[in-house]
Amino acid sequence: MKVSVIRNVLEANDRLAQEIKDLFAARGILALNLMSSPGAGKTSLLERTLRDLAGEFKMAVIEGDLQTDNDARRVAATGAQAVQINTEGGCHLNSSMILEALKQIDLDGLDILFIENVGNLVCPAEFDLGEDGKVTLLSVTEGDDKPEKYPLMFNLSEVSLLNKVDLLPYVDFDMERARGFMRALNKDIIIFGVSCKTSEGLEGWYEWLRKKRAAKKG
Amino acid sequence: MHEMSIAQSILDIIQQEMEKNGLTQLIRAKVKFGGLTNTVPEALETCFMALTVKTPLESAVFELEQIPPLYRCFKCSHEFSPEHPNRMLVPCPACGEELGHTVLAGKELFIDYIEAQ
Repeated sequence: MKVSVIRNVLEANDRLAQEIKDLFAARGILALNLMSSPGAGKTSLLERTLRDLAGEFKMAVIEGDLQTDNDARRVAATGAQAVQINTEGGCHLNSSMILEALKQIDLDGLDILFIENVGNLVCPAEFDLGEDGKVTLLSVTEGDDKPEKYPLMFNLSEVSLLNKVDLLPYVDFDMERARGFMRALNKDIIIFGVSCKTSEGLEGWYEWLRKKRAAKKG
Repeated sequence: MHEMSIAQSILDIIQQEMEKNGLTQLIRAKVKFGGLTNTVPEALETCFMALTVKTPLESAVFELEQIPPLYRCFKCSHEFSPEHPNRMLVPCPACGEELGHTVLAGKELFIDYIEAQ
């Protein structure tokens, strides 16, 4: 017997992602999914953002890593709520993990939830976490052709941060080449060159966050 | 390796469909995936083997079919499929524009049908 199925393989994930979207929509919480390769600076960006905007927003972070709670401890040191998810080998977060982590977060009065995905330029882009936007980091120590090599993540991201620009004098990284690849994959992508070490360029990112948050709150 | 979670999701859906239709023996399942989904068919097949060994699904055939991407040119609106089925950065064959094409197809991932008794 042949049974026509025509069911999206990720339907279970997408159903839970919709639950998360509904939950955040009802509360006006802005949720962002941060993705990059390991070491691009996701946690450093969060530490800076959480400290610099502490007076403006109530923020929380869900941290995804294979092992350790190192990043959650770093983030919690800024005073923000932080929950660590250990995937124990899993290369990405999925929406059931986010729903589980949300049980440990006080959502009352929360303005922004950051989800720091597992460091990986491939799989995380495949899974909807119920976020309002995907944000990709690429550091200048990694090579300016990364968007060309790992296109889907940049195609789906609303914002891309080129991090560690303070190191540009010491590395062969062509900012315009990287920007060109990103725009070729996604003509609407917003790109900020930043340094979490020197603060260069971070104000543009903060301004984008303020606008995005205001739009979500309505 | 995200193929393992994809394989598990596929098997969950197949089991639901079999129960719904009162079927116990899976013969074949056909899965279609877009060229832009980062799905490696060999890896997915290996995951099926790993997840179905010594289960009632062990002898089933998992057939995978790739759906080629379809783009609409940002500049001239020409619709085209790239020569290489996984490439996103490609010039439009009509006008040469390389930037900002809209993806019309290539991100699908679904179970087409199952054959079972």
